[in-house]
Amino acid sequence: MPVLQLVPILSGPVGGLVEPLGRRLATVFGMPVEVAATPIDVEVAYDGVRGQYNSRSLLAQLLAHAPKAATRILGLTGVDLYVPVLTFVFGEAELDGRAALVSSFLLDNELYGLPADGALLFERLVKEAVHELGHTFGLVHCHRDTCVMTSSTYVEGIDLKSVEFCDRCLRAVRQKRARLGA
Amino acid sequence: MEQRTASILVVDDEFSVRDSLTSWFKKDGYDVRAVDSAAAALQALEQRKFDVGVFDIKMPGMDGIELQDRVHRIDPQMAVIMLTAFASVETAVQALKQGAFDYVTKPIDPDELSHLVQRAIERRRLGEANQQLRATIDELTEAADGAIVGESPAIRKVLALVADVARTEATVLIRGESGTGKELIARAIHAQSSRRYFPIIPVNCGSLPEDLLESELFGHERGAFTGARQRRKGRIEMADGGTLFLDEVGSIPLRMQVDLLRTLETREFTRVGGARPIKSDYRPICATNEDLGRAVAEGRFREDFYYRIDVFPIDVPPLRDRRTDIPLLVRHFVEQFAERMGKPVEGVTDEAMEQLQAWSWPGNVRELSNAIERAMVVASPPRICAGDLPLRRAAPAAAPCGDSLAEVEKRHVLAVLERTGWNITRAAELLEVDRVTVYNKIRKYGLAQK
Ligand SMILES: Nc1ncnc2c1ncn2[C@@H]1O[C@H](COP(=O)(O)OP(=O)(O)O)[C@@H](O)[C@H]1O
Ligand SMILES: [Zn+2]
Ligand SMILES: [Zn+2]
Repeated sequence: MPVLQLVPILSGPVGGLVEPLGRRLATVFGMPVEVAATPIDVEVAYDGVRGQYNSRSLLAQLLAHAPKAATRILGLTGVDLYVPVLTFVFGEAELDGRAALVSSFLLDNELYGLPADGALLFERLVKEAVHELGHTFGLVHCHRDTCVMTSSTYVEGIDLKSVEFCDRCLRAVRQKRARLGA
Repeated sequence: MEQRTASILVVDDEFSVRDSLTSWFKKDGYDVRAVDSAAAALQALEQRKFDVGVFDIKMPGMDGIELQDRVHRIDPQMAVIMLTAFASVETAVQALKQGAFDYVTKPIDPDELSHLVQRAIERRRLGEANQQLRATIDELTEAADGAIVGESPAIRKVLALVADVARTEATVLIRGESGTGKELIARAIHAQSSRRYFPIIPVNCGSLPEDLLESELFGHERGAFTGARQRRKGRIEMADGGTLFLDEVGSIPLRMQVDLLRTLETREFTRVGGARPIKSDYRPICATNEDLGRAVAEGRFREDFYYRIDVFPIDVPPLRDRRTDIPLLVRHFVEQFAERMGKPVEGVTDEAMEQLQAWSWPGNVRELSNAIERAMVVASPPRICAGDLPLRRAAPAAAPCGDSLAEVEKRHVLAVLERTGWNITRAAELLEVDRVTVYNKIRKYGLAQK
């Protein structure tokens, strides 16, 4: 049976979001979600000069620790992520693979000097989680204006898209999902 | 889906750069090849062409500049972007002189990279790939056009105006009650305009307090005020090349109208905390459910701003004035939700349709859509019957205000529904339950929209 494994990494402020996020993802992807206490070593991914964490390294660790039974693995963290050539990323995923990762770090209004907004933060996190998991279902970026698979390269861009797949992306996810079994 | 997408050749001796750029470009839908040396790049180019090259300037053996030179002898059209470490900017400038498209310093801002690659593809005008992208967008926008359902004379008149004004650059003012489809119409104008390859950026001017609206529209610099640890891109800047959709313009505070008027006139704006004005080439479309003429008379709206935006008005009639569209809209929403929910509902019974056509629809098409969505949940396929429709005004039989858990839950659910304008999805989110649970509560307590 397909299972989505949710792995909190150095959870901090995202701790309280694990459960509600899991519930939303279970509905979107039609898969039970289980929370796993996988020991991920964030220090290995830390770059002292940049003061950020390498998301590719975290992704590799998630995969290395993943039990066979986990059809998809999503790491959830609150740290500032980067990939070597880019200044930041909201998350990462293996295209058409098993593992994905999202961070709440850049999604927090307070980072931009705006009043804290827990509901908005959660909404952004759900969108990015669905988006990154969408990549693991083989989806690339979409050009339909409110599809969750449109690319967001700054935080306000996340607010422009909806949390839903457009019909075309939804169909692709469902097909792939069906092949994973009930 | 077999189609020719734009292709990118990445050349860098560092594995981590090749690895992260390949992964990034693939997810953007590009056809990517990454190699670790100039020699390998030249070999790859013997097999096939690439639209864009992303070359590291400093590589052992042949460097990026020399590679660009050799590449352009094979394919003069290839757009080359140079990657440089901060120290080698001077070399990068030299690369520009020799015909590179542009250069970026590592690490790269993702937004900048994405724009740069898009522009590079655009520039390679021969642009088979570019035409492909445009064709995809054209196909998508055609789908968006078809999204306005209705054949009544009233809506046809609106659609004719949309088609006329889309071809121009005129500022449009869409007037109509809430839920009549003003945003949909703004999107249709954008989709039919020559700006359709760029985004349409909506701003709901009524939903934010003044200081937040300012930063939302104009953006702010890092450190513009206490706590602003990151730069923020404003909606005006995001709309560059595309359309800026200002919804509920009637709620824009007077002081901000002055600033907005200035950018409408010059297409320039300044980020909060920023010093220099920035250009943004956008087309404004405004929408309002208020009588702005009266707002001007009452001093709540600036006259000069009003004249600036009231160039080409489009009036969208309320649903009760175009009842012949109701059956078409009902069919449209039933199909849409049947697909979404995976529930084989095919239509509504005659009796249900009678009720739908008789209803006054104060919330217009949005209310109709919500009503069908709710009915779909309780309906037993293949048809929605009258009993499934949430149209009774029935005040829930004067239930005394009690303190029982059920009473408290009922009041709370109703309050949340009212706050969200009976948007079930939003209400479910706020209540942290799924939507079916919300529907069940509505049924259990006989809640109804007032
Ligand atoms: N003519 C129409 N055909 C199909 N859907 C419509 C139509 N008019 C409105 N809608 C739908 O009704 C909802 C409300 O429309 P919207 O454009 O947001 O209204 P407004 O901006 O006037 O409040 C949206 O979900 C929209 O897609
Ligand atoms: Zn993505
Ligand atoms: Zn899509």
